[in-house]
Amino acid sequence: MASLARLRLPRRVPFAVRAIQTSADTTELRHTPEDFSKPLTVKLHEESFHGYKCDIPELEVQVTKDELLTMYKQMQTMRRMEMAADALYKAKLIRGFCHLAIGQEAVSVGMEAGIQREDFIITAYRCHPFAVMRGGTIKGVIGELLGRQAGMSNGKGGSMHIFTPTFFGGNGIVGAQVPVGAGLAFAQKYQEKKNVTFAMYGDGASNQGQVFEAFNMAKLWNLPCVFVCENNKYGMGTSAERSSSNTEYFTRGDKIPGLQVNGMDIIAVREAVKYARKWAVDESKGPLLLEFVTYRYGGHSMSDPGTTYRTREEVQRMRSTQDPIRGLQRYIEEWGVASEQELKQLDKDAKSEVDQAVEEAKASPEPLTKDLWTDIYYNGTQPPYMRGREREEVHHY
Amino acid sequence: MYARSARPLRRAANVLARFNSTTVEPPPAGGHLPSVATSQLLRTTRESALRAPRIKWIDEDSTGPVKPVVGGRETRKMNTYQAVRDAMRYGGESCLNSSGSKKCSIVLLKDDNAVVFGEDVSFGGVFRCTMGLAEEFGRERVFNTPLTEQGIVGFGIGLAAMGHTAIAEIQFADYIYPAFDQLVNEAAKFRYRSGGAYNAGGLTVRTPTMAVGHGGLYHSQSPEGFFMGAAGLKVVIPRSPIQAKGLLLAAIRDPNPVVFMEPKVLYRSAVEQVPIDDFELPLGSAETLVAGADLTVLTWGTPVYHCEAALHMLANPPPSIATHVPSAVRGAKIELIDLRSILPWDVETVTESVKRTGRLVIVHEAGMTAGAGAEIAAEVQKRCFLKLNAPVKRVTGWDTPCGMQYEKFNIPDAIRVLDAMVETLSY
Repeated sequence: MASLARLRLPRRVPFAVRAIQTSADTTELRHTPEDFSKPLTVKLHEESFHGYKCDIPELEVQVTKDELLTMYKQMQTMRRMEMAADALYKAKLIRGFCHLAIGQEAVSVGMEAGIQREDFIITAYRCHPFAVMRGGTIKGVIGELLGRQAGMSNGKGGSMHIFTPTFFGGNGIVGAQVPVGAGLAFAQKYQEKKNVTFAMYGDGASNQGQVFEAFNMAKLWNLPCVFVCENNKYGMGTSAERSSSNTEYFTRGDKIPGLQVNGMDIIAVREAVKYARKWAVDESKGPLLLEFVTYRYGGHSMSDPGTTYRTREEVQRMRSTQDPIRGLQRYIEEWGVASEQELKQLDKDAKSEVDQAVEEAKASPEPLTKDLWTDIYYNGTQPPYMRGREREEVHHY
Repeated sequence: MYARSARPLRRAANVLARFNSTTVEPPPAGGHLPSVATSQLLRTTRESALRAPRIKWIDEDSTGPVKPVVGGRETRKMNTYQAVRDAMRYGGESCLNSSGSKKCSIVLLKDDNAVVFGEDVSFGGVFRCTMGLAEEFGRERVFNTPLTEQGIVGFGIGLAAMGHTAIAEIQFADYIYPAFDQLVNEAAKFRYRSGGAYNAGGLTVRTPTMAVGHGGLYHSQSPEGFFMGAAGLKVVIPRSPIQAKGLLLAAIRDPNPVVFMEPKVLYRSAVEQVPIDDFELPLGSAETLVAGADLTVLTWGTPVYHCEAALHMLANPPPSIATHVPSAVRGAKIELIDLRSILPWDVETVTESVKRTGRLVIVHEAGMTAGAGAEIAAEVQKRCFLKLNAPVKRVTGWDTPCGMQYEKFNIPDAIRVLDAMVETLSY
């Protein structure tokens, strides 16, 4: 199977003589249990990981039928949700900004499969699936996109401003969330919590100065902070090769070890996250860089067709040969874990779950005018008034 | 940013005391004007310190009776940096409740979640404001950061979001610009854009501001005006040791992110008797320092003392400039107001005053164009239009960069304030 990454990733780095494998279906079955209540033993492709100053995770891993089906259902649901957002945007019901993660589902769902409930994630604007996986709801996400009261920020945020108690957004300024993540990790360490913060950014943000400021502080203070570069190969409309002098993002932490991961194979993602968690929490080895090599099918945002800086053929080839959902579907069918019929049923369930959430979100009212003036300052400590457009609109607290 | 280390502010008093003289004769020792050291606005007795207007005592045992205002309380002679440090000691024992929100209903004796960090703070910082704190509270709670302003504020937001009381220091206000995005986009908007789920209310960013007379381009700026439109933030500038301690404690405990700008020339030159108990002064509230009826002078930070000097000069002009001060205006009663909070600013106190006096002079060190005075002047002329007897006058730094050789001419001094008062009074 031709790997796009093979063409794109430079080969000059000696320890990465071969490019990272980004196929979604190269994991082999090693051992089938007698019944599926026991885990399967599978072996990941040997090019699923590249390490920088660290060993790579075990390639032989165990995974249960339940886990496989849950991950499949979640990825399918996340894709359906993003497709629903796409349709709502095109129907002019969602206004403003909207960045979709179609194609990158293995990262959000795979990460959730590998981390603990109390760990933290903070990411940038391609955040919808994370918000749901971290305890939010589809209705809450769609409601936020629509700007309704049912939205997770009560309709006051929008696409990139969605939060849960363990998910710190949803941040719109490229790279600004990374030092905030270092602060979260510091607090976890200070409060002696056995948890880790995953501070995520894209290949585009990886060239922001403050990302390196955060690297330095995290390594200096040995913080339980895993920096996660979601490399979808294009920072807005500029390819990684055109923007970055070093596209091996997992090697950019200087003294911070790094791990490059096939971000299209959900099992590899899950194993990498488990590895990182063990690194930062159980072994207290400080920060680690993870790079998930992935791909977005759509444009950067809704106003970008996504075909001016890459060919339609390239997108089509990724969709047809390296799709994370299709890859997992193939494992499940080939390994005899579930039938095509059963998977079709999961697809249907995902669709109806999303459809119902969309209807509920659409039915939710828009925020009240008075809510425009709340949550600016802590209630009771605000200035006496704030201005509106007209004199009559000046709001007095 | 070549000069990271601060020079001793040895010429501080002289800087405040000079005026635009064209003579070649050196000024008399102590300068032509009363200096900060002799300012009548400083509270140098225990009695006057304990009676500072609107002082709010935060007693350790909130269940017990609040001690009477004066009885049993002590003061100690402190300059501004000592008062700031004293506040952080209390800030280190601030009043975060268990849910992480900062309500001051219960004052905890010790808040393990309060941390102080910034460039060189663990050995005291360049202005000595954090001296001894690391030894007293441990290096886990008072620590140096790399030279990484954007990172410091971002890091502080993350800490604050976890319920910590994060007291960050940006070494000079001139270095706050790399962190502008984190303050304006992240700290100020966190509460709003998360629908109230998160906030950076626990964050206080302390930073030395304004000129000392020889700081030059990157050590003399006053960036408060740039933050004035950032709803969600608060911006506070104290004028004296008592003000610094009371306002900083209020800022640390305010459940909103606060940028606290400390006029660096006052760190050593302003000395008061400061109550040693825990107390706060209100944010968003101006203080009328001198009551008057004919003209309002509004300022904050260092220029408070230039304005005080100008008031004296108006009443008793020195012979060399007496011809420029018509005798008709010498008896004018000038009202002097210290704005203290730039965001939100105390519109009510200012407009109430201007409605009485009919005249307003605004004095600040930042440049005039779109400085804080522009916003204040616009709002005052709207609210007091029919009461104004003269246009609102602004006395500010020039719009040029603050060149080191010309710094003394850049800062609004007593002579320029005097000139503006005369012009406004005789309009």
